[in-house]
Amino acid sequence: MTQKLVIIGNGMAPGRMLEELLEKAPGLYEITIFNAEPRVNYDRIMLSPVLSGEKAYEDIIIHDDAFYAYHGITLHKGAKVTTIDRAAKTVTAENGITAPYDKLVIATGSTPVIIPVPGADLPGVLAYRDLDDVSRMLEIARNGGRAVVIGGGLLGLEAAYGLKRQGMEVSVVHLMPTIMERQLDPAAAYLLEKALADRDITILTKANTKAILGTDEVEAVVLDDGRVLPADLVVMAVGIRPSAQLAKEAGLEVNRGIVVDDGMRTSDPAIYALGECAEHRGQCYGLVAPLYESAKVLADRLSGGQGEYHGSVTSTKLKVTGVNLFSAGDFSEGEGREEIVLRDASAGIYKRIILKDNCILGAVMYGDVADGPWYFDMLKRGTDVSELRATLIHGQAFQGGGEAKDPAALVAGLPDDAEICGCNGISKGKIVAAIREKGLTTLADVRAHTKASASCGSCTGLVEQVMALTLGEAYRPAVVEPVCGCTDLGHDDVRRLIRAKGLKTIPAVMQELEWKTSCGCAKCRPALNYYLVCEYPDEYADDYQSRFINERVHANIQKDGTYSVVPRMWGGVTSSAELRAIADVVDKFAIPMVKVTGGQRIDMLGVRKEDLPDVWADLGKAGFVSGQAYAKGLRTVKTCVGSQWCRFGTQDSTGLGIRIEKFMWGSWTPAKVKLAVSGCPRNCAESTCKDIGIICVDSGYEIHFAGAAGLDIKGTEILGTVKTEDEALEHVVALAQMYREGARYLERIYKWAKRIGYDEVRAQIMDDAEKRKGYFERFVFSQKFAQVDPWSERVSGKDKHEFKPMAVIAQAAE
Amino acid sequence: MTDMNWIAIGHLSDIPRRGARCVTTPKGRIAVFRTVDDAVFAVVDRCPHKKGPLSQGIVHGHSVTCPLHNWVISLEDGTAQGADEGATPTLPLRNEDGALFISLDTLSLPADLAAE
Ligand code: SRM
Ligand SMILES: Cc1cc2nc3c(=O)[nH]c(=O)nc-3n(C[C@H](O)[C@H](O)[C@H](O)COP(=O)(O)OP(=O)(O)OC[C@H]3O[C@@H](n4cnc5c(N)ncnc54)[C@H](O)[C@@H]3O)c2cc1C
Ligand code: SF4
Ligand code: FES
Repeated sequence: MTQKLVIIGNGMAPGRMLEELLEKAPGLYEITIFNAEPRVNYDRIMLSPVLSGEKAYEDIIIHDDAFYAYHGITLHKGAKVTTIDRAAKTVTAENGITAPYDKLVIATGSTPVIIPVPGADLPGVLAYRDLDDVSRMLEIARNGGRAVVIGGGLLGLEAAYGLKRQGMEVSVVHLMPTIMERQLDPAAAYLLEKALADRDITILTKANTKAILGTDEVEAVVLDDGRVLPADLVVMAVGIRPSAQLAKEAGLEVNRGIVVDDGMRTSDPAIYALGECAEHRGQCYGLVAPLYESAKVLADRLSGGQGEYHGSVTSTKLKVTGVNLFSAGDFSEGEGREEIVLRDASAGIYKRIILKDNCILGAVMYGDVADGPWYFDMLKRGTDVSELRATLIHGQAFQGGGEAKDPAALVAGLPDDAEICGCNGISKGKIVAAIREKGLTTLADVRAHTKASASCGSCTGLVEQVMALTLGEAYRPAVVEPVCGCTDLGHDDVRRLIRAKGLKTIPAVMQELEWKTSCGCAKCRPALNYYLVCEYPDEYADDYQSRFINERVHANIQKDGTYSVVPRMWGGVTSSAELRAIADVVDKFAIPMVKVTGGQRIDMLGVRKEDLPDVWADLGKAGFVSGQAYAKGLRTVKTCVGSQWCRFGTQDSTGLGIRIEKFMWGSWTPAKVKLAVSGCPRNCAESTCKDIGIICVDSGYEIHFAGAAGLDIKGTEILGTVKTEDEALEHVVALAQMYREGARYLERIYKWAKRIGYDEVRAQIMDDAEKRKGYFERFVFSQKFAQVDPWSERVSGKDKHEFKPMAVIAQAAE
Repeated sequence: MTDMNWIAIGHLSDIPRRGARCVTTPKGRIAVFRTVDDAVFAVVDRCPHKKGPLSQGIVHGHSVTCPLHNWVISLEDGTAQGADEGATPTLPLRNEDGALFISLDTLSLPADLAAE
């Protein structure tokens, strides 16, 4: 019979342990996991980039639901275990679920320390530990305001940086004289403080919090010395405590953490402890690298091996963009210790190495950290450095004879067992072997197979160097395609940063995202203009100079510089009065060609630019509005005659098409959007090759999406079937809004949907009513500002200069 | 230069920043551009590629992207940028505190009229 393995806590340590176990001994256990957090396993380290807006939650998921389903693992989300019954060998969660175990792993992580000052329980006082904390911080940061971070350690500084990026005024209150005093010496701390001050983060050292003020929510932080710091948000990041309470109550041996032996076993042989909650040889760890090492040992034990964990030496980096610091080992002064220091003030570089008995004991580096892994490697091995001593501080590349530092040479010079990825303990040799054996060519592949650079990502550059060395010419770094030559950022990053930094004008985007040109180009400006229109429909003032001529003058430019005019004919239905008005306009302005379009309406071609406002004025009198035949926006909704006339029609396809067109006209989209509604599966309106299509059936409305019939031909995918017209409208509109918010500029729906996955679209629009309603409402809100007929605006004088010459010179001056 | 004929065409503020206006002349249509830094340039409104109206393009830096097939034309000397080859004639322009004057003297007939 398979044994039952129960895991309490679904954090990073057990996540890694599971991967190792499933690889070593698949099917050995029936696995049940309880997690107090209501979600899957994600990369906690990456919460800081999520807070700063540089990543999204979706980017940091380690194991998604599919992973647990695939491996047959039961994951109870939002289920906090409250008792362990060691006699009965069961665990029970707050929500009543009980599970029996043969082997139990406790991986409850740590709890943030909340200093017990008055007001610490006020709303707006947060810890920094999980996604909920980040979501709440982002919510508060949306209104700007002031944030006070208590604690100037790694977590506190990352929180401060993130909140600053979100537009808050940020102060850090730190008890000790220098920040990050456990990882940095005062010199490095000084450089870091300066870098943070440059980012407008105020650092108050030797500052002790006395109380937090506020009535309904937090208002200020009061310091010992009487200073009062106004605050809309207080983040406490003063330390963590291993979560060992549950184990203690179960009668297990607990010190600071849950005491384990070299096999990660607690005082009960059937129970193991792993991660930050465990205490091994008197040490509790708070970084993933050592936890991953012990996770490997535990996986080995659980699959019958005899692996042993002997403790770890740790190194630290700070995830603040543009700040490079590295610290490892022990760097305090002491008897028999010597130090080597290098400073370069103008370059902001500081390096210090501490030696004892010719071995590296610790290293602190700021500014230039390229040699961090090299020092750390020698530190862990206890390498005798007496031979290198004279040039040690100049780094590895210098050893060859003082050549300028070439990162490729540096990596080439590393021995095979040198560690590249500290988080996951992956050596250079392992990466090289994986690339060779499995024929890996992309960074994503290397991450998937070796885990190298898959956690905090700070070794990505090194991993790429290893790939370049191994693959030679065959290596093509998977760079994100930049929007255009004016920036190195891709479309997705630009959109995310616009949101994260609250950038509301094109100059603001270009300034903040460091555009390389003064005012962009014809590629990036229309894209930025769209992203801003979409993000801030109410506040953003559309920049006409950043729109392609067709969208600027609301007509299609022709090869001879004249324009075509296509008015809306809702759902392709017209009337004698409309046709008469068109006929009159054609005669009056001597329009050379009138054509029925492929989109079920009428095109007047060859109109002179100067005549456009007058043509529109006449069309407007007959009730016509712009057909937006020129727009990256809603084009046409084609319909068939449907149940109103057709002997096969099942629903009023014409009526629904008109209703959708009247609801959606005027909306701007990443690329053009064309719809169709057919009254039965004979599909006379050709719904199955449209961006969004509907096929009416007896039981309701089958919604399609992601079709194409232009440069590419592609049949649609089915989104799902709904019963009523109202539901059909809601689904179609929500899908369009999801596309508006997520696609890259000029990316048609079929390309976007393929890129993000058809199932993802279905999951959000069909299965998640809340998401769907959110999209729907955001679309409706944006329509308040978009549904203005551009033709009538111009008839009444807007952008007059577009249609008139600036001057007319009758005769060349002599 | 002083003995050129200067013709007043209007004021800087008549042209949107990063935009253009046209001037109709007996020698053809002239496009007058105003860039982001308020520099002003006059060129014949005709792309060297297939005669696209440059005045309708997107203006960036001291260049304009033609609306028909995206050639990028320098406003300073009228030449096509990048791999494309060709040039559009440019005209002398005087900017006196925002009052704008052009001279048609350097434009030769009939070559530059061919477009219209
Ligand atoms: C007028 C019309 C042809 C006609 O005489 O019937 C037409 C005319 C143009 N099409 Fe089209 N398309 C017309 C229906 C279509 C259709 C059929 C349809 O909509 O059912 C398609 C295939 C469906 C599709 O879009 O996938 C179609 C696929 C394209 C494409 C390829 C798009 C793609 O992503 O594959 C382009 C090029 C583009 O957009 O970049 C294009 C571009 C154009 C442009 C805008 C070319 C341009 O940039 O100047 C033409 C504008 C002429 C003008 O000034 O009116 N036209 N075009 C049709 C206008 C429909 C309307 O009432 O608004
Ligand atoms: C913002 C932030 C940035 C960080 N940056 C870095 C970094 O750059 N480098 C680095 O090495 N480390 C970093 N860390 C630390 C690293 O994230 C942790 O060391 C690691 O996540 C610990 O893993 P764990 O599995 O022990 O615990 P956790 O990942 O904390 O997981 C514990 C899980 O157990 C659940 N749980 C607790 N009690 C119960 C219960 N009774 N029943 C059920 N479930 C329970 C919790 O809800 C939690 O989901 C960072 C941490 C944070 C918060
Ligand atoms: S879709 Fe079906 S019902 Fe409608 S016109 Fe075509 S064949 Fe007739
Ligand atoms: S006409 Fe200007 S690019 Fe073709």
